[in-house]
Amino acid sequence: MEEKKKVERKKIEATKEMNRIMADYFYEMDDAAKTGKKKIAWCTSVGPAELLRALGFLVHFPENHGAMLGSTRMATDLIPESNAIGYSPDICSYLTADVGAYIKGITPLSRAYKGIESVPKPDVLVFNTNQCRDVQDWFAWYAQYLNVPLIGVTTHRGVSNVTKAHIQSVAEQMEGLIEPLSEISGKKFDMDEMKHILALSRECSDLWKEVLDTASAVPSPITFFDGTIHMGPAVVLRGTQQAVDYYKILLAELKDRIKNKIAAVEGERFRLYWDGMPVWGRLSAHSNLFAELKANVLASTYCNSWIFTAFDPQDPFNSMARAYIELFIVRSDAFKEKYIKDMLAFFKVDGIIYHDAKTCPNNSNCRYGMPQRLEKETGVPSLVINGDLNDLRLISDEQTKTNIEAFIEQLEENR
Amino acid sequence: MTSKPIFAGVDIGASRTKVALIDTDKNLLGYGITKSGTDFQASADLCLATSLDMAHRSREEIVKSVSTGYGRKNVSFADESRTEIGCHSKGCYHYFPLAITIIDIGGQDNKIIKLDQDGRRISFKMNRKCAAGTGAFLEEMSMRLDIPIEEMDTLARQSTEMVKLGSFCTVFSATEVLENIRHGKKVPDIVKGLFFSVIKRVLEMDSLTENVVMTGGVVANNPFLVTMTEEIIRKKILVPEHPQLTGAIGAALYALEMET
Repeated sequence: MEEKKKVERKKIEATKEMNRIMADYFYEMDDAAKTGKKKIAWCTSVGPAELLRALGFLVHFPENHGAMLGSTRMATDLIPESNAIGYSPDICSYLTADVGAYIKGITPLSRAYKGIESVPKPDVLVFNTNQCRDVQDWFAWYAQYLNVPLIGVTTHRGVSNVTKAHIQSVAEQMEGLIEPLSEISGKKFDMDEMKHILALSRECSDLWKEVLDTASAVPSPITFFDGTIHMGPAVVLRGTQQAVDYYKILLAELKDRIKNKIAAVEGERFRLYWDGMPVWGRLSAHSNLFAELKANVLASTYCNSWIFTAFDPQDPFNSMARAYIELFIVRSDAFKEKYIKDMLAFFKVDGIIYHDAKTCPNNSNCRYGMPQRLEKETGVPSLVINGDLNDLRLISDEQTKTNIEAFIEQLEENR
Repeated sequence: MTSKPIFAGVDIGASRTKVALIDTDKNLLGYGITKSGTDFQASADLCLATSLDMAHRSREEIVKSVSTGYGRKNVSFADESRTEIGCHSKGCYHYFPLAITIIDIGGQDNKIIKLDQDGRRISFKMNRKCAAGTGAFLEEMSMRLDIPIEEMDTLARQSTEMVKLGSFCTVFSATEVLENIRHGKKVPDIVKGLFFSVIKRVLEMDSLTENVVMTGGVVANNPFLVTMTEEIIRKKILVPEHPQLTGAIGAALYALEMET
């Protein structure tokens, strides 16, 4: 068979700057852990990070570390370590990979950043169950193993309309964290500082949303796979000036691409939406596979999860509560369906791919008939691929490839 | 000797390789089937030679070739490749130009594909990564029961009291089979139970529409599976003349389309 010309994928120039600020972030935390200059809090990815920053903590996000374990393909060998101490192979593979890595005393941070030997030891562990229950269990292991205090927020699940009662409940829980956190950090809570951090976080969120929305352009200047990398600062540095500055640079580059009709995937023919977690260990492979088929997976529910439009610096706790409840993952299926339907229209999508991640039921939205209902309602064809975020033993590359190629064939033939 | 151009379809499945040759009128001129083995190219070459012999044609007369199946990228003489989903769709619609649901039971993959009345694909599903319910399951069980695989169909037809197996997993099913042997169950009843298990695994993949077509090597070698499925779904199932060749024929039809 004739070799087909490789489809070009445009590299994002701003990546260098992102790598720089991410390196600064990890080195600052490593230094603090070694010297004790600053206290370190571990926080779930959509937990109350702003409150922790306002109280002077540096914040480590184990989910970010879990994703690094996945993308470096270290996770699959580490998951059995956790299984052996009683954590099922069926639960979150971020949890099992991360705990496994800690038991083995290894981290992908050492590969990426010379001189960093381990994740920074926490002074406190702060969870928010808006993601799932697994994050709490995950942190509970560290709390016991390292003898570190564990506190957090328990969020409602399956929320249709976010009501005052929901907000009051979560806002009160967040305010209740101030005293114990203040005792650990040694810093008194300052409302002005809180408002300042929240304003920065809101600005970061707004810019991140603008970045993701550029994918509505035809051709799209960005892919979902780019998004999973460039969301790093929105996850770990929101509430800082560095994140705001970074997204201004990235946004300018993407706007320039739109102006000059530069496509992230050369010759973009199909526009796809991704629902569910990325397969971290196959990011590059999937990116190449779609690009070769001239398909751009350009938008996702996942990358949108770090948009917090409700943040209001004038009303920090209520607005943080609202923002952290309004998240897609917290909501009812009726809300989720409407949300995805709106996204399909906004991004002018030809097809939707659902990733059914074996160990992440909360991020797998295809298990209760949603693909069938949405397809009937919108006419947008869908494909479910089976896999996992981190555990590569749960993936059949050949099956995935055939499914995706067949899906693109279907879109092509039905045009 | 006619000089009408011919078109080749090559389906390299996980278990068997199939080649089909057609002419411009879409007539099947020749075909070959062999084990895929570890050298896909050699298997494809062997099947192609058999097909050409049957068709009394030469390799030079092939205008275009399309490959499909698990090893579709490993065929040097193919000009293009298409997925097995596309090729099975095209092959089945050729024989049954209706709105159809295709059930294909292959060596390691099961597929359910839905086409509308114009042959457009509406949806498709493949089995998840587990191969329970595919040809591999029956092969494994034939080894466990020490029965030649080609005798399974005859044995299943002799069953008087089918043994139902409950497990999703091939390994656990094997344990269940051994347990049933220990309890004195008859081999034909167990084999029919294995067939029933295959059908259940397939039917749980998707809903069916009015017209159902069954294809694949498992169906070709075990036509009793079709009879059993008809009893379960209570409707007549359409089966093409060469159910194992549907993917290869579909690939050949793609090759023809590309040239016209």
